[in-house]
Amino acid sequence: MSKKGVHVKVDEFKTDVGLFKNLELSIGRIVEEKWAEPMGPTPFPEITTLRDWDMKLLQRYKPFYLPFCDVCCLCTFGKCDLTGDKRGACGLNMAAQQSRIVLLACCIGAATHIAHARHLVEHLMEKYDRNTPLNVGGLNIDIEAPVTRLVCGIKAERLKDLEDALEYCEKQVTHLLSATHTGQEGSNLDFESKVLHAGMVDQVGMEIADLAQISVLGFPKADPEAPLTDLGFAAADVSKPTILVIGHNVPSSVGIIDYLTDKGLLGKVEVVGICCTAHDITRYSSMAKIVGPISWQLRYIRSGLADLIVVDEQCIRADALVEAQKVKAPVIASSPKNCLGLENRTENPSEQVISDLVEGKVPGALILNPDKVGEVAVETVLKVAPKRNKFSIIPKKEEIIKDAQECTECNECMRACPNNMPIPKAMKAAAKGDLNPLADILEDCIGCGRCDSACPNDFPLHSFIVKAGEEQLLKEKFKMRVGRGAIQDVEIRNVGGPIVLGEIPGVVALVGCANYPKGGKEVAEIAEEFAKRRFIVVTSGCAAMSMAMVKDEEGKTIYEKYPGAFDAGGILNVGSCVSNPHIAGAAIKIASIFAKRKLRANYEEIADYILNRVGAVGLAWGAMSQKAASIASGFWRLGVPVIVGPHGSKYRRMLLGRKDIDEDWYVYNARTGEKVYVGPTPEHLFTAAETKEEAMVLIAKLCMRPNDTSKGRAVKLTHYIDLHKRLYSVMPDDIHLYVRNQADIPITMKDEILKILEKKEWKEMGIPDPTLLPRLIRKTKGE
Amino acid sequence: MGVKEEPWQTAEIAGPKKALLILKPEVVAAMVKKAKRPLIVVGHLAAEDYSEDAKMIDYAIRMSNAAGIPVVATAHVVSEFIKRGFSSATHMPAMDIGDRLADSEWKGLDGNGPYDLALFMGLPYYMEFVILSGLKHFSTNLKTISLDRFYNPHASWSFPNLSIKDWKDNIEIIVNKLGGN
Repeated sequence: MSKKGVHVKVDEFKTDVGLFKNLELSIGRIVEEKWAEPMGPTPFPEITTLRDWDMKLLQRYKPFYLPFCDVCCLCTFGKCDLTGDKRGACGLNMAAQQSRIVLLACCIGAATHIAHARHLVEHLMEKYDRNTPLNVGGLNIDIEAPVTRLVCGIKAERLKDLEDALEYCEKQVTHLLSATHTGQEGSNLDFESKVLHAGMVDQVGMEIADLAQISVLGFPKADPEAPLTDLGFAAADVSKPTILVIGHNVPSSVGIIDYLTDKGLLGKVEVVGICCTAHDITRYSSMAKIVGPISWQLRYIRSGLADLIVVDEQCIRADALVEAQKVKAPVIASSPKNCLGLENRTENPSEQVISDLVEGKVPGALILNPDKVGEVAVETVLKVAPKRNKFSIIPKKEEIIKDAQECTECNECMRACPNNMPIPKAMKAAAKGDLNPLADILEDCIGCGRCDSACPNDFPLHSFIVKAGEEQLLKEKFKMRVGRGAIQDVEIRNVGGPIVLGEIPGVVALVGCANYPKGGKEVAEIAEEFAKRRFIVVTSGCAAMSMAMVKDEEGKTIYEKYPGAFDAGGILNVGSCVSNPHIAGAAIKIASIFAKRKLRANYEEIADYILNRVGAVGLAWGAMSQKAASIASGFWRLGVPVIVGPHGSKYRRMLLGRKDIDEDWYVYNARTGEKVYVGPTPEHLFTAAETKEEAMVLIAKLCMRPNDTSKGRAVKLTHYIDLHKRLYSVMPDDIHLYVRNQADIPITMKDEILKILEKKEWKEMGIPDPTLLPRLIRKTKGE
Repeated sequence: MGVKEEPWQTAEIAGPKKALLILKPEVVAAMVKKAKRPLIVVGHLAAEDYSEDAKMIDYAIRMSNAAGIPVVATAHVVSEFIKRGFSSATHMPAMDIGDRLADSEWKGLDGNGPYDLALFMGLPYYMEFVILSGLKHFSTNLKTISLDRFYNPHASWSFPNLSIKDWKDNIEIIVNKLGGN
């Protein structure tokens, strides 16, 4: 472990020589080597270090650009029309401009997570101890930070050890962002390589954040049996004073729980959360509850159930303060990144801030000290709640009917709705007293509120929809397993072989935001389909919440029906957005622990291993944010394909393989050095699926890898063909590309498939020891 | 709704190059007849929208049968074609067919060369919007037509925003002009 910036400051130092005042001593870097594994080839890689690897990926998975518009408007040369083969005043063409926009998005995403990690680490070092040991799973985990070890080549043991990696990430994002300036990068493929770099450092940043909070705040440590928590509108007893926390960065929420604990007020105030702060506060305390994913913000605030709102950072509605004022709920902003225009009251006496909030003299306060947030939030909510009396702006049924009778069906709401929901038709029914069509809309509504903004009559349409579905909403209470954190080394040892050989058909990661095309229930359906098929289903973030919001006939959610272990048929919630590297880490640990590949700063080889052998696929069905873009790009560079929902097509670039071009699908056989055709495995690195049916078929297909044994390939083909036949009513038309020899053919489909193979003039092929890296070819005897 | 170059989803503004409006459906039929290698791309909404007596998928089948145009069914909509006794649709994800159409070297579904006209219907509006944009910018000899009842500005030609009745009347004329019944 290397340490930078050891700094000693002494006010007064008396020696035989004399008296020294204000003595300061700085030592550059101390190298303390405690990790026996030799340093790999790419420690702390710079933005071009892994460029060759990126180009190998991009040669196979070529970008398909999907521009939103024809112009670039990023500098005063512009606007420049880039239509077709035109170039802008700076010389850039449309392909490079699109990849530049993707890089910008990924830099935003990576910077957000890295800044989140920086804040957490500094806060925890200041509040607790710089020397706090890192512990994400006790004796069950030896490789505490697989991503950081792989990328940086360091083994962090204590909180303070994370600073080197953080500094590295910050430097990389600065370099990457600078490449988007006018007149920097000119090649779309080089922009794409930088996109992959942004994703990789993002994974390091996220890993640091979760590592720090798990270790210091006592979150579940790689626990397959992490407790179940309540989720939904009815999860908390809102007859009590209720604090709603929204965002991603947990210290201010921890401040609230700690203050309640210290003052003996636990149980007298409810703490509920939305989005990833909700994940992390339920990892911290069983007293906290979850309202729902990111899209639940408007409906919950307007319902008036929250008496006070605390926001931290990321994915918070920019109008949270405006909406809170409508229901007379004070707001405390607690992050320098999201001040909401509020006065900074951090240094004011708490009593004064509390009094101003309670009396309604100010709509909210900016408080940049988590402990003070705890005190002010709790003391304020106790006084505000009785005054508010759960004041709500959700209209009465009669008011909706009256307004609906004035609706002109101009369609502006529907045209503003991302999912084209039939609001005008529902308003027509409402005018006649039938609110059921409006209630049906709530089921699929992503809660953006664009219908409200679009209505020329200023009808609060989102509130109408919430009222229509309110009866059901207020009864909703589900069970979700709280984030378990990392995957244990022993779990990897148990499943590494079956995954690499293909006998466990795949690892599916259902992650991301809640920008769904048809509601969150589709996520639950997909998760259960693959758990039943004995895939390993991993989840995080809003997707982990959405899949909890469906019950079976016995009233059970999937978290109550499926185990939380990293094993076939398990459904594991790893935690919040910053927990995603546990999923990447599991793939890395398969290469390291099961296959004994060198881990330390050995990125290219490990990524090559994962791409060719680990049947893992990500699905971000409701991906919305720039963070989701950078998370996905971290998986791409590591060789894990990602599927997004149809709204993900608006990320403006796919990375698609072409199964019809044979030469794209050759690898080296590491045993002999021969180049061998292995079929389109996996076919794509990034694609958007139009429907859940397409996503399910794609998941099964993208789990195939060149290294699958025949037994494993037969299992994977069985799932692919079965899903295809069930959902598409036909056999896949590309089976011949995935059958390498007759032993690959699922036994129950042998006759049918043999006929297809004959028709396609199929020829048997071998199963190599696959790699894209010539340096991994082992010399054969006689060479 | 007026006959305007106005995107259905209000914020999906495109340009400077925008789809020309299809004001006379006969022109679409003429373009299809003139095309050497036309193709119809049909998304999953074709089997859901717009009403029981005006489903896009049924018109796609009639057009294909009338003019011998190959069909690519995206997502899972191939099953709906099969239910209707139409078994020649090729199934392919929307992103895959978009990617291939953008490639001027692609030999087509039958290996006989690239397409010169692609007619789109039934994809989610915003997804069709970006795929048509990809084709506008990166395909070299391909023209695109959006046959949904909403103006989709990245196509080469598109209907304006239409009522279901107007859309049905227009599409009937196209099918009839192609020799369908």
